[in-house]
Amino acid sequence: MTPLERKGLIANMSKQPEEYEDIPGTWVFDAERARQGYHLNAFLYSLMSAQNRADFLADERTYLQKFPMTDAQREAVMSRAWNTLLQLGGVSYALAKLAFTDKKSYQYMASQMVGVAESDYVKMMLAGGRSPDGWRSKSERKV
Amino acid sequence: MAKIIAGIGTSHTPAIGAALDNGKTAEPYWTPLFKGYEPAKKWMAETAPDVAIVVYNDHVNAFDFKIIPTFALGCGAEFPIADEGWGARPVPVVKGYPELAAHMVQSLVLDEFDMTIVNEMQVDHGLTVPMSLLYGQPKAWPVRVIPLAVNVIQYPAPTGHRCYMLGKAIKKAVESWDENLRVVIFGTGGMSHQIQGPRAGLINTPFDKAFLDDLTRDPERLSRIPPIEYLRDAGAEAIELVMWLIMRGALGENARELYRFYHVPASSTGVGHIILETA
Repeated sequence: MTPLERKGLIANMSKQPEEYEDIPGTWVFDAERARQGYHLNAFLYSLMSAQNRADFLADERTYLQKFPMTDAQREAVMSRAWNTLLQLGGVSYALAKLAFTDKKSYQYMASQMVGVAESDYVKMMLAGGRSPDGWRSKSERKV
Repeated sequence: MAKIIAGIGTSHTPAIGAALDNGKTAEPYWTPLFKGYEPAKKWMAETAPDVAIVVYNDHVNAFDFKIIPTFALGCGAEFPIADEGWGARPVPVVKGYPELAAHMVQSLVLDEFDMTIVNEMQVDHGLTVPMSLLYGQPKAWPVRVIPLAVNVIQYPAPTGHRCYMLGKAIKKAVESWDENLRVVIFGTGGMSHQIQGPRAGLINTPFDKAFLDDLTRDPERLSRIPPIEYLRDAGAEAIELVMWLIMRGALGENARELYRFYHVPASSTGVGHIILETA
């Protein structure tokens, strides 16, 4: 421990895991993810203009260079790796703009995150959706 | 004196707006939902309030991540419709009520709710879908609207208790405005849903129904639901329900249920709707 840490002048940078980290299949968009995803989400926000959507689709790799995000984030965008994008700080409402740019829906994006065909996802929802039973905590999920 | 005469809780699922805008309301998938809102539309046409305060959340449209206000009150004269990525919804521009909004800001800040003042912003499906559900598809909205945007996108959203208390302060603000106005307040979003990750599609109908019940029976209980309970039991996006508690807080102690409707699904959402009349 450094003298500054001993005097408490440098805060302990690690923190206790948040309660919501125990929810399976979920990446809560908290301050830390927002920090990591800042430029990724700025790119997604840019897709609100029709011209930008066209420019992006014409040459994705070049368009993505305009935003100082990580290469991992750029690769995940180009391969539409939706769950990776969530883990790298993308927020679902901004990611939806990428789905819309592909002329797809929220429902399609959700099905891809779940890993099933869109028609199967629609069927699950029509049958009342996913029950929370077995999905409340990671330990419950394993059972 | 201005008076809040009713509160309206409703989901604001974007797919509902898309179904309306693309003429799909008669499709079997959508008919039960739109049928469920018919009595509400009739009630709204008969009630014809002067002003609607619409509590909603922006979905990374008016606010990117440069600025994230927790509570933002729309004080402008009008609010254009956002292009969220598929073109702007073909609905009328939303007309504000700058004089009343300015008064509300003063009253709320002195009441210790530090509102962000927004004079120019676009509004998205969070606001326009509830308007379409209650007013249909008019050429111009027959009501002036004060948007109240709440951050529920970046965790943490304001707590349910904070929202409930803000609602109470809104009631005080409106009732101290010296003009005879009939005001309604919308609480929008929810109910149970999750649209991210492998757990997407989660619906908790018992949770939703208990929430609807306790808006009249025990709103205090609802105001004490901790954030983790919404996330864990009703889906990551169910946290939007705290916005219904602003609406409920603004109705005073006693509210009477006039109408309710619940339907699964609209896209990934458990759709809930309630109309509450003040005493």
